[in-house]
Amino acid sequence: MAAEPPVIVGTGPAGTRAAETLVRAGLRPIVIDEAPASGGQIYRRQPPGFTRADTEVYGFEADKATRLHRAFDGLADRIDYRPNTLVWSIRPDRMHLLRGGRVNELAFSHAIFATGAMDRVIPFPSWTLPGVFTLGGAQVALKYQGCAIGRRVVFLGTGPLLYLVAYQYARAGARVVAVLDTAPFAGKLAALPALLARPGMAAKGMFYLGWLRSRGVTVASGIRPVGVEGTDAVAGLVWRDDAGREHRTDCDAIALGFGLKAETQLADLAEVPFTWDNLQRQWLPERDGWGRTPVGGIYLAGDGAGILGADAAELTGERAALALLQDRGPGDHGQRVAAINAELDRHRRFRAGLEAAFPFPDDLARSTADDTILCRCEGVSAGELRRAASELGAGEVNRAKAFSRVGMGRCQGRVCGPAAAEILAAALGVPIEQAGRLRGQAPVKPLPMAAVLDTTQ
Amino acid sequence: MTTLKADVAIIGGGLAGCSTALHLRQRGAAVVLLERALCGSQASGVNYGGVRQQGRTLVELPLARRSRALWGRMAEIVGTDCEFMVSGHLKLARSEADMAELEAYATQAADWGLDLQLMGRNAIRDRYPWAGEMVIGGSLCADDGQANPRLVAPAFARRARALGADIREHAHVTHVEKGSDGFRLTTAGGLEVSAPVLINVAGAWGHEIAARFGENVPEEAISPNMCVTEPVPYFLEPNLGVVGGDLYMRQIPRGNIIFGGGRGVSDAAAQRARPEPDSALTSFQRAIEVAPALRHVQIIRNWTGIEGNMPDELPIIDISRTTPGLVHAFGFSGHGFQLGPAVGAVVAELALDGRTATAIEPFGIGRFAQAPPA
Repeated sequence: MAAEPPVIVGTGPAGTRAAETLVRAGLRPIVIDEAPASGGQIYRRQPPGFTRADTEVYGFEADKATRLHRAFDGLADRIDYRPNTLVWSIRPDRMHLLRGGRVNELAFSHAIFATGAMDRVIPFPSWTLPGVFTLGGAQVALKYQGCAIGRRVVFLGTGPLLYLVAYQYARAGARVVAVLDTAPFAGKLAALPALLARPGMAAKGMFYLGWLRSRGVTVASGIRPVGVEGTDAVAGLVWRDDAGREHRTDCDAIALGFGLKAETQLADLAEVPFTWDNLQRQWLPERDGWGRTPVGGIYLAGDGAGILGADAAELTGERAALALLQDRGPGDHGQRVAAINAELDRHRRFRAGLEAAFPFPDDLARSTADDTILCRCEGVSAGELRRAASELGAGEVNRAKAFSRVGMGRCQGRVCGPAAAEILAAALGVPIEQAGRLRGQAPVKPLPMAAVLDTTQ
Repeated sequence: MTTLKADVAIIGGGLAGCSTALHLRQRGAAVVLLERALCGSQASGVNYGGVRQQGRTLVELPLARRSRALWGRMAEIVGTDCEFMVSGHLKLARSEADMAELEAYATQAADWGLDLQLMGRNAIRDRYPWAGEMVIGGSLCADDGQANPRLVAPAFARRARALGADIREHAHVTHVEKGSDGFRLTTAGGLEVSAPVLINVAGAWGHEIAARFGENVPEEAISPNMCVTEPVPYFLEPNLGVVGGDLYMRQIPRGNIIFGGGRGVSDAAAQRARPEPDSALTSFQRAIEVAPALRHVQIIRNWTGIEGNMPDELPIIDISRTTPGLVHAFGFSGHGFQLGPAVGAVVAELALDGRTATAIEPFGIGRFAQAPPA
């Protein structure tokens, strides 16, 4: 196979460190990213002309953000950087790109996918009302444009991001009405020893919690959402506390997220096989201890290969680049990869602690009421999915999709997929992994038909 | 090893196979159907969803007419209408030569009872204001329509099962032979089936079954490339085709526009198919030419499947010339969705009566030179 310049997709912590490593080895990688500037979701940069200081935008992570941005900017004349570019499909030897509203192709032989992660969502009554955002979306609005999603915001879900984004909102001057965590308090205590694998991170989590409490923000654990109130937009949230008492909290926006899921569409379209990961409760693309997939020339890095966080992503980004260099030869990078893997062990222990402290509330997904909209793209209710199983005989998620249209819309199941799998598994009475994996289909994101027209038309 | 005995064994759970199972049960025959994956998971389930008679080769029209009658009674036959809509099928002309072809076809098809309405440039504009400049005329078959392919074969399978058919999914036939006591089939899972009559409705893999009985036919796998848009306000009532067949397009009431053209790539042996981005992009261009408003629309999914194609684009529907008790129906060449319901009725007649009143002579397996068994 002729060795084309290696391609990196994504410029978050993993993509940036991968690019840096390849450049250091004397290669000139092609670096593709959907966003207009590097940094990924976590270190997303402000639009040109915005002048907030990094400490204001990234808080405790400002140093890391600054270092990563500088590292990327320092590569400028040694990489072929293509921002604002979507890889919408992939074949064994070619990627299909969308940039500036036009399509084109890119021949490739080696590629590193550093495609990141997105929020996991669980539907509940009226979650589709305007004013309900994902946690990640709420954070992007703040980091990127300095906007809040509302004046009185409730943070709902579980995971470390819940407290971080609530803190960032409060610091930015938004009124945080409540932080409502579905994970029980006892589990967090029990997870503490594992979380101390990264004492600094654990301490930051405690700090956010203490800071919010000290400012009178309602912080509750072990809650269950009951439903969003409002007719045209969010007016309040009804929820139950861990003693089963119902509360109504006035708010005009809700940020929700139940942990993260890897963005794996490109790996899927490249025909990388997937396996079920019990800890993260999601299907993940197969990769070895270097980040190599079973598909020759395809490497994975960062949260797109399984959620380990931004710091680990910097390490796995470097590691995937070293795997690529090792395979293209000459040179042996085994020693450095061994050191990275030793360091990653700490991140894995910490991740296990996080999963124990903030478990995905699968019971909540499974008990989604029949009349609640599950797939918002196609307007399909949870009951219609259950009917696909019980009346039409769908025995796994792809069949259920064919019968009910769940996961068939614009987002291709990226939003409703995890909850749909839980609901289906419960309806079928099988373990979640037996409900199957929703197969990815091109295009990765919606593709304008006008992309084939001449600009003169 | 479990052995199932039946009057008829069916290989293939596509629309033709599931409809055959249903029609056989309606006449009381004991049926076992063996499907390698899930019923309707190949061409029957991922095709475009056109239910059209217009444009069919004339010799296919009797079968297509019979099938159209069954489509009209779908809810009664299988318990759901499978989203079948009589939206009409409009075939567009993009040149004078195209228009002449439509006119000639309309005259010939009238002899077969198909009522087509020809329209010139002005009539098309008046009735279909979305049509682009390059559309100069068309032919409407008001009686044609469209349906949701994902629902149809499974619906036939469910009803056949409810009537007592033994339908086995994930049952890959690895061995089939005819002995003195009839056909014996073995699946990868260790199931054994014995039956005096065998139906080969194995789609793109039908030629493999036929070859085991010394009947070699030049069937190829093809993969029609398909796209669907995000939902947009409903404007496209008829199911659309063009002379030349390089674009077909329909809109469902929910708003999504489904269109196809060109080919994907597939590996029939591995049962894997992948859409071809270049085919999709070419069909974007053609679709925008036919309906310019589509330049504002986005595609949300692109797919393909595996379909059996014959060199003359006519299926094989026939009693075996080598093996008594064997009936073939495969190689539908992109026509199997509309034809499927009637194919099941015809095959059930061939299996139980040895003949059918529907004209199927043009679909004989003998029309291909039979290579000697290797």
